[in-house]
Amino acid sequence: MARQLNQMQDWARETRLTHGRIVVLTVLMLAVMAGLLYRYFYLQIIQNETFRAQSDRNRIAVRAVAPTRGVIVDREGRLVAENLPSFTLALTPERITDLDGTLDALSELLALTPDNLALFSETRKRTRPLSPVPLKYRLNESERALLAVNKHRFEGVSILSELTRHYPEGPLLGHALGYVGRIGKDDIAPSDTEQYRGITHIGKVGLEAYYEQWLRGELGVSRIETNARGVELEVVDRIEPTPGSQLALHLDVALQRVAAEALGDMRGAVVAIDTRSGGVLAAFSNPGYDPNKFVNGISFGDYALLRDSRDAPLLNRVIQGQYPPASTIKPMLGLAGLNRGVIDVDTLVADPGYYTLPGDDRRYRDWILRIRGTGHADFMNLRDSIAQSCDVYFYELANRLGIDALSDSLYEFGIGSLTGVDLPSEKRGILPSAQWKREAIGSSWYGGETLIVGIGQGYMLATPLQLAVATSAVAMRGTAYKPQLVASIAGEVVIPEPLLSVSAPTEYWDEIVAGMVDTIFAPRGTAAGMRRGLDYTVAGKTGTAQVVGIAQDATYDEESLSEYQRNHGWFIAFAPVESPEIAIAVLTENSGGGSSAYPVARSMLDYWMTRHES
Amino acid sequence: MSHDFERVSQVSSRDLGSRIAVLRFLHIDLWLFIPLAALSMAGLVVLYSASGQSEVMMTAQIRNLFVAFFVLLLTAQLRVETLKIVSPYIFAIGVALLIGVAFFGVGAKGAQRWLNLGFIRFQPSEIMKVAMPLAVAWWLSKKALPPSAKPLVIAALMVAVPSLLILRQPDLGTSLLVASSGLAVIYMAGIQWRYILSLLIAAVLSIWPAWVFVLKDYQKQRVLTLFNPESDRLGAGWNIIQSKTAIGSGGWEGLGWTRGSQAQLDFLPEGHTDFIIAVLAEEFGFRGVSLLFLLYAAILLRGLAITWNAQSSFARLLAGALVTTFFFGLVVNLGMVSGLLPVVGVPLPMVSYGGTAMVSMMVAFGILMAISTDKPVTRTMR
Repeated sequence: MARQLNQMQDWARETRLTHGRIVVLTVLMLAVMAGLLYRYFYLQIIQNETFRAQSDRNRIAVRAVAPTRGVIVDREGRLVAENLPSFTLALTPERITDLDGTLDALSELLALTPDNLALFSETRKRTRPLSPVPLKYRLNESERALLAVNKHRFEGVSILSELTRHYPEGPLLGHALGYVGRIGKDDIAPSDTEQYRGITHIGKVGLEAYYEQWLRGELGVSRIETNARGVELEVVDRIEPTPGSQLALHLDVALQRVAAEALGDMRGAVVAIDTRSGGVLAAFSNPGYDPNKFVNGISFGDYALLRDSRDAPLLNRVIQGQYPPASTIKPMLGLAGLNRGVIDVDTLVADPGYYTLPGDDRRYRDWILRIRGTGHADFMNLRDSIAQSCDVYFYELANRLGIDALSDSLYEFGIGSLTGVDLPSEKRGILPSAQWKREAIGSSWYGGETLIVGIGQGYMLATPLQLAVATSAVAMRGTAYKPQLVASIAGEVVIPEPLLSVSAPTEYWDEIVAGMVDTIFAPRGTAAGMRRGLDYTVAGKTGTAQVVGIAQDATYDEESLSEYQRNHGWFIAFAPVESPEIAIAVLTENSGGGSSAYPVARSMLDYWMTRHES
Repeated sequence: MSHDFERVSQVSSRDLGSRIAVLRFLHIDLWLFIPLAALSMAGLVVLYSASGQSEVMMTAQIRNLFVAFFVLLLTAQLRVETLKIVSPYIFAIGVALLIGVAFFGVGAKGAQRWLNLGFIRFQPSEIMKVAMPLAVAWWLSKKALPPSAKPLVIAALMVAVPSLLILRQPDLGTSLLVASSGLAVIYMAGIQWRYILSLLIAAVLSIWPAWVFVLKDYQKQRVLTLFNPESDRLGAGWNIIQSKTAIGSGGWEGLGWTRGSQAQLDFLPEGHTDFIIAVLAEEFGFRGVSLLFLLYAAILLRGLAITWNAQSSFARLLAGALVTTFFFGLVVNLGMVSGLLPVVGVPLPMVSYGGTAMVSMMVAFGILMAISTDKPVTRTMR
């Protein structure tokens, strides 16, 4: 009994002990559970928004939906830059077990070039994993059929259908339109990367580059539910992209073609401007290139050919070609002389075929000296000096004006200034002055240099576009608009902007225009050969730009000079004289002279003046 | 026999469960059974969503549940005295099997946890979850409580050897659970607080040597990742980031059943096993989580009550240890999924998909029920 009691006491003591432990355990468990519950409360209620956002980021892949690029049409509504469906062979390297084998097999099947393969491995570096990498663009019908038949052989090979930029006129409008190309790493500013998500091409040069932000359009957004492996499951919502704006050009494809055909094989540039608006009706630079070749990556070989060609096909001569304007500036200088009172319409200058500065025996020759052995006439007036392109008269005029007044006058006509045309990379040319020479060459101005500039030679350089604008200013008696290729953006008409304003009395304008009309219609006009069959009025001016300096005693002998040293030919013109519509500048490189340039202008004017009759 | 008087005196505190004759006959503790069944049902509901509506998994889990509840009923029929007698043998077998695993174990995912007996592959460490508290309770209840130094050292060895064997496999999660089940017995046996304190200090001091000598690199990585999940976004940090995201995005109401994007879109790894609470939290929100906590709290409190009422020191030590082990597993899982503890592969009791862990847990609850219904009603009242 005592033992039993003892056991009972032990039992009671152990019970008290373990009960104490249970109380502690209970408190501990409830506290820990409460703490854990608070952890979930903290995550779910307090931090809910953070994690909800995090979860959405996980779940929703936001895919940019690329807009369709705006098309470009000419003044008659003809498509000159369009988007065509195009089929691209693409590989997803991560889904291909034997990539080299697949490439070999595809090479056999489709006759892939090393360029295709090089571009593929290049593009692959910049493509996100699990995305298709283009291998060959613009598959034709039979290639697609071949691939379809052999589809079972190729895992991870797909044919993507996309819209690709296409320029139906090819080289004809290459320089004006420029082209789009695959976006490279330096093509977009970091601030714009958002706008280009999902967009593969960007305007590289020409109008495509200049109007990039209008042509591009606005991205759409497609929100796609994905799982952790990035597999897309379902489109949650989609905001449609806004297509790029359509551009309508002032340019007339038919006129452009006339210019191209008239220029033929000659290197050169042609630009025609609507004098009433500044609209560029034609802008052709020869040789050119086919912009379509650039759209999906030009081959290295083709590009090297273009880049290294001596004929500089990549140069848009209209805005980037810089040439001595030669005699084409004579009408403008004539006006300057009248305006500044250093000559009047009756001023006569003796023309022995050369000019000498007082106290200097250096002879500044007239071009006619080489042909006739004498000057144009004993005395020349302004009107005839323009029509016959008398150098001696303009030496005298330049001397009277002095370099600064001469420079200022040509500046008024826009020589040496950017026209602000809606194309990138326009060149400025050079309008020399005493100050310019100090800054650019570091020496002072010599009197003789003024004479040379007076016939548009020496340091002076101008672009064909600048001369077309200046011609337009003459045609419109002092006003010219900023040259503009695009007439309207998405139907919104681009308002012409005044660019130049040269004020002079009407009779002065009449006089120099008369000289320009005589250039064509007077028997001794330098472009008299253009007169035959003309049934409208034209005013023009020829120019012959020296490419190499001719030594004092040497003569220019075309035959002895290499092709690239021969003179450039210029012709500027506007028509009709009474109510001008169109101003043209034609430059023919190394063609010998202006006589090779005016037929081009004639063809264009013929087309333009009769275009509404047919 | 000797305790009959005490037992009779406690008849007045009988609960509802044992008053229902059928339940009493089946040794079912209703207050334990209800939340367990509720949790299993909740687990099935969540699993349906977490498995991506997988019929195969649902069927398998339902089968698991049948087996588990059958084991529960079976275990509940055991008499506490019987358990006490067999416990040292079970423990010995368990340790032997663990050693066997160390030599002949079958590897999976770089771990050697399974023993292949030809007709069945199983993890001896699961047996240890129950064998450990049984054996330590058997050992300590033979002596007067609180235990003196010598039995305490032996008890500590009984805890240490199997735990280290399991840690070697390596299976940190199970090792922790097994160790905690043994330590819980020692705690329940009334080990002096100053020993507990010394043990805690020793534990803290052993962190560094454990870090250097015991933990595998991947285990270290998990601990490091806990403090800075972003350091390894796509590796070890992925689980923590994604499960916290799932839990956090659930909010109050949750995204709705089968509508949790983290869970449904495969962002959540192990969404149907260890990380299933994250699925529940995402889809049922804090309301669902709170309900789950309530069920667990009910089980814990009921378990503690059974411990309180246990009829012998052995039963009380055992019950306390079983409840504590359950609690420990619960805390490790809830803490790990919510980013408070390192990821150590411990399932959420009763909810996570899987058979083995559930069966060994049901054995524990069966024992608890056996203890709870081990009343002198039929044996001693006459």
